[in-house]
Amino acid sequence: MKREVLNYPDKKHLSPKSNPRWGKEEETEIFGQNVKLFRKGKISEDDFRRFRLQHGAYGSRLQQNYSMVRIKIPSGEITPEQLEKIAALSEAFSIGSAHVSTRQNIQLHWVQLEDVSEVMRGLVDVGLTTREACGNTIRNVMCSHFAGVCPDEQFDSTPYAKAIARFFLRNPVCQNLPRKFKINFNCCAQHGLVRIADIGLIPVKKDGINGFKIYLGGGLGAASFIGHQLEEFTSEDRLVSTCMAVVRLFDRLGNRENMARNRMRYLVNEMGWEKFQRMVFKERSSVEMTISLDTLIRYKVDSENPSIRQLSNGKKLPLINEKVDINSDPYKRWLHSNVVSQKQNGYFVVFITLGAGDITSNQLRSLAKTIRDYSGEGCARNTPNQNFAVRFVKSNDLPEFYNGLAKVGLANPGALTMTSTVGCSGTTSCNLAITNSHRLAKEIQSKFIELGLDTEDDLRDSSIKISGCPNSCGQHEIATIGFYGGASRIDGTMTPTYTMLFGGRDGEEGMLGRSVMRVPAKRVIATLIKIIEIYKQERSSNESLAMWIGKLINGVVNGKGQIKNLDDIKTALVQTISLPSPNDDPESYMDYGNDIKFSAKTARGECAA
Amino acid sequence: MCGLKYTVKEKKTKNILSRNHTLSNSQDIITSADILRTLIRRNSVRVVDVRKEDEYKKEHIKTAVSIPLATVLENDSSERIVQLLEQSGISDKTPVVVYDDTFGALAARVAWTFQYVGHSNTSLLELTFAKWKSYGFETEKKINVFPPAKHSLKENKEIYATYDEVERAKSEQNKILVDSRERLNFLSEHIPGATNLPYTMLGTADSILREPQEIKRFMENRGISIDDEVITYCGSVGTLSGLAYYALRMGGVKKIRLYSKSFKEWKKLGKPIEEFKDANFWDLSAE
Repeated sequence: MKREVLNYPDKKHLSPKSNPRWGKEEETEIFGQNVKLFRKGKISEDDFRRFRLQHGAYGSRLQQNYSMVRIKIPSGEITPEQLEKIAALSEAFSIGSAHVSTRQNIQLHWVQLEDVSEVMRGLVDVGLTTREACGNTIRNVMCSHFAGVCPDEQFDSTPYAKAIARFFLRNPVCQNLPRKFKINFNCCAQHGLVRIADIGLIPVKKDGINGFKIYLGGGLGAASFIGHQLEEFTSEDRLVSTCMAVVRLFDRLGNRENMARNRMRYLVNEMGWEKFQRMVFKERSSVEMTISLDTLIRYKVDSENPSIRQLSNGKKLPLINEKVDINSDPYKRWLHSNVVSQKQNGYFVVFITLGAGDITSNQLRSLAKTIRDYSGEGCARNTPNQNFAVRFVKSNDLPEFYNGLAKVGLANPGALTMTSTVGCSGTTSCNLAITNSHRLAKEIQSKFIELGLDTEDDLRDSSIKISGCPNSCGQHEIATIGFYGGASRIDGTMTPTYTMLFGGRDGEEGMLGRSVMRVPAKRVIATLIKIIEIYKQERSSNESLAMWIGKLINGVVNGKGQIKNLDDIKTALVQTISLPSPNDDPESYMDYGNDIKFSAKTARGECAA
Repeated sequence: MCGLKYTVKEKKTKNILSRNHTLSNSQDIITSADILRTLIRRNSVRVVDVRKEDEYKKEHIKTAVSIPLATVLENDSSERIVQLLEQSGISDKTPVVVYDDTFGALAARVAWTFQYVGHSNTSLLELTFAKWKSYGFETEKKINVFPPAKHSLKENKEIYATYDEVERAKSEQNKILVDSRERLNFLSEHIPGATNLPYTMLGTADSILREPQEIKRFMENRGISIDDEVITYCGSVGTLSGLAYYALRMGGVKKIRLYSKSFKEWKKLGKPIEEFKDANFWDLSAE
């Protein structure tokens, strides 16, 4: 029998508000009017571009008449109604599928500029917005998808993430920053991207008071930095003034001349951390002395946090069942790599594995139904690994949950393993991309699932992330094995290649990967398989791949093996990365998804407006 | 359309029953389920099912006759189409309502053909067969045969475009070429100068065509005025563009033609096409 809401007698009170009203109807009208004025030549190209980006429409690859519409999902929390609306909008105005980004946005690609206002209009119906999703603004505020269910968290940071998002959205203080600005909330030290944001926050309690450990000035890009800790503890009543102080400092002092060096991390780096830190404290004092009524009204943490998230505390996020292998029943394999138990006893987080974040409109509808049927909180979260997490699922429901998803191709295993490869949109839609990172990520995922690598627990804490250029939208620098796209001349032929990095990681202990070597696009999969093979020969007893790689970059591998540092592994891979001559195998010199000679074509990026 | 208001209903009913009227406004393009049910009860309509004959035989809307799209396409002469109408008991004056189970595109192509040979009193059912059935409206299995009727032939050449008209449109002012295929097909290749209005934009889950004011807004967004001369085309036989033909009519465009042989003929003739190969957009699809 189909389960009913009866399992959750007070479910209505638990569900997030069906229309959180992030969007505004009048903005869609204005956008539509401005497109017309732009087409008539009454708004300059520069002015229009700034306006367009401020409203979340990014120019598409070498085709300025099309946009990528970036839908912000504050804290990643999304309702079934919103998913269904996105499905309908994608079908009507985009390409019939949507793309989950690495920052909890959902993107619709190749929308005709003339239709962007229609997409925005539809989003307003379900309370979503694209406002300040691109441009020199505060981008989508991220929150760990485990927030509220993580056994290691001290309290749920979700309401704070939403309050901060709402506080800054359309706030005059951040409408024209020197550059984009990112805020990420963790749930605990481990889960989240706290060290690679302009402001990263970990919820912590001190003497019974809620507060945060705040990191500033991190971020990935052509030059990346790990954030610095501001102070030991920032109590929740200083959260908004601290964030305001940082934003205002950046607004005032950030580099507005050099587009390549105007993220806040450069300011921090050039000024020196201690000086910046002192200025933040000073600025915070003036903010607190002059705080306006408007500020106090604007900032409101929703205390009606779903009570289901406050249930009793269990243990760590454990795997759901014992060992599996490639011959195991598909359901068991899925259970093993896609489901973990929450801190609330008897409830599970179920991950939906996507391929590089892509999901069709029909799949979105099935997902919406699944959430309605099985999630005790009535919503889902999208994750920086480009998947979805459905939470508060009961164990009895797991088989039906699986069967429903399997019918629509959403029950692939490996969501929580290295098989779930991250890939930015690359040459499928981005002006900056050099390579088809998106397709490569999907190719790796299907190959690895075919090989059953999702079942290998020693690979589980590793990750693979790919960007199509050095700009890090694929977050390659925090992957165990990361790649970013480029072009190299090999044997006289321009070839798509990737620079491979080792040893990056996220969380509070976040660190940036170290560059190892360049690998031709068509040799990436073989190289990964070879690395795993070498690891299995070389590792000492129970060492996971991530641990072994961590030692390798520090050159502290001891024991039986031949491979002790990065130079050794480079040598071991020389054979694997080499290509046959271009005449013998021209395809090896082409990129994925192409049957013509490779050439690196890029146009002006719009990351900076 | 799907509002089913009493006043609208009256108006629509009057229109569809009026003699010799021409297609000029939205009420004539779409027939609501409510009105069709009334017309069926009054026995004053010929309902045409354009699905495959097998599907018709399994179940169809009450009183419907079967004229599959394939039959219409095979009989590629106006005389033959008139014969099909006559065999189905459709005279010049008979109101005809056409339906399919494919979001309206097949029905649109057949309706357009009827209008091309001079049967102006033709409209599209707002629902697909599946929707009609899901509402529990009247269906039957009986194969309906009606006494043959007499139908004149009056070719309506103003609604048809040949490839050379498409070619000329490019250099003429106020002529707009509309490609109604899906976005990625359009991006890959299209007739130079065409604007993309994917068929996916035209309908909703509840109706094969959106409200006229929405279609109008889409047109305005694209700079299509009701005084422009529009030619629609799609991939092969003019189904998707047939739906676009009716959508734009509903949006108020007065002069509109269907290039029914569409991109398939255009390519076969070796005419110029605009291609875009610098992005791997197909790899974004999750299928």
